[in-house]
Amino acid sequence: MSLGTATFVLALTFGALARAEGWGILAPVVSSLIVFSGSAQFALLTALGGGGGVVPAVAAAALINARFLPMGLAIAPSLRGRRARRALEGQAVVDASWAAAHVGEGRFDRELLIGATLPQWPLWIAGTWLGAVFSPPQHVVHDLGLDTAFPAFFLVLLLHEAAATKRARVAAVLGGCIAAGLVTVLPPGIALIAATAAALVGLRRFRQRPREARS
Amino acid sequence: MSTVWTAIAAAAVVSFVIKAAGPALVGDRDLPPWSMGIIGMLAPALLAGLVVVDVFGPGWSSLDATVIAGLAATAAATLLRAPMLVAVLAGIAATALLRLAFG
Repeated sequence: MSLGTATFVLALTFGALARAEGWGILAPVVSSLIVFSGSAQFALLTALGGGGGVVPAVAAAALINARFLPMGLAIAPSLRGRRARRALEGQAVVDASWAAAHVGEGRFDRELLIGATLPQWPLWIAGTWLGAVFSPPQHVVHDLGLDTAFPAFFLVLLLHEAAATKRARVAAVLGGCIAAGLVTVLPPGIALIAATAAALVGLRRFRQRPREARS
Repeated sequence: MSTVWTAIAAAAVVSFVIKAAGPALVGDRDLPPWSMGIIGMLAPALLAGLVVVDVFGPGWSSLDATVIAGLAATAAATLLRAPMLVAVLAGIAATALLRLAFG
């Protein structure tokens, strides 16, 4: 049940930091209820907090969640029913559950996926509410090091991605450099979108297929 | 405030559609292989961008050695195969302790 605990702590942090960003109590709770995606909500908060507009913020959230496209494709054969039912079951895809449900060689355990995600939803909402209501003043958030939670959460996801292939590490370094360079002059939302250009290294894979044996 | 609400509503719709798309569309077809290569690299590229943007901030105004030290603790914990919760808490604790010591 470490999934649920991690979810709850991250939700507390999200609620507290969203309140500190001036989101009030209702907005963070509603976002946890209807967005239900830590990375997308953190991306929204990061992009809006940097003074970006709605479009760059939503684009950043969409791009950070674009990984759910291939993840959804991968898990689709393991879901049940017609397309509409599968689309609903696909909502259970969150990073940790998806990874936990992977039983190897591209096969997924549907019951494990849904069983891991369902308890996380109320925990995510409750944690957000508690964090927003408790609303520690900003210097407390700072003293407790809670501002490290966002990048640390992304960093763990990044390290898992980077561990997969050398190409993922190249994309990560390139994306990081693009973002670091552009954020000096552009709003964070734009720098984030530009960082995704690093994903074009994925094209090389198919031109150089014969050399791919090692990864 | 309406900026926040618009962004939340749009992100909810976009998030739903993205998660629904794969299972709804996959049927017996597949995306062309070249696009899968790019989509697969989106996550590492964007996650790196998010870490960097969050740490550096606009115009590199947010750089903070205690946050970077905390992230180093998170990275070390992750490489030692600690669960996500432990790794994130290690980072928060390292940042908090450094601020307590030198703040």
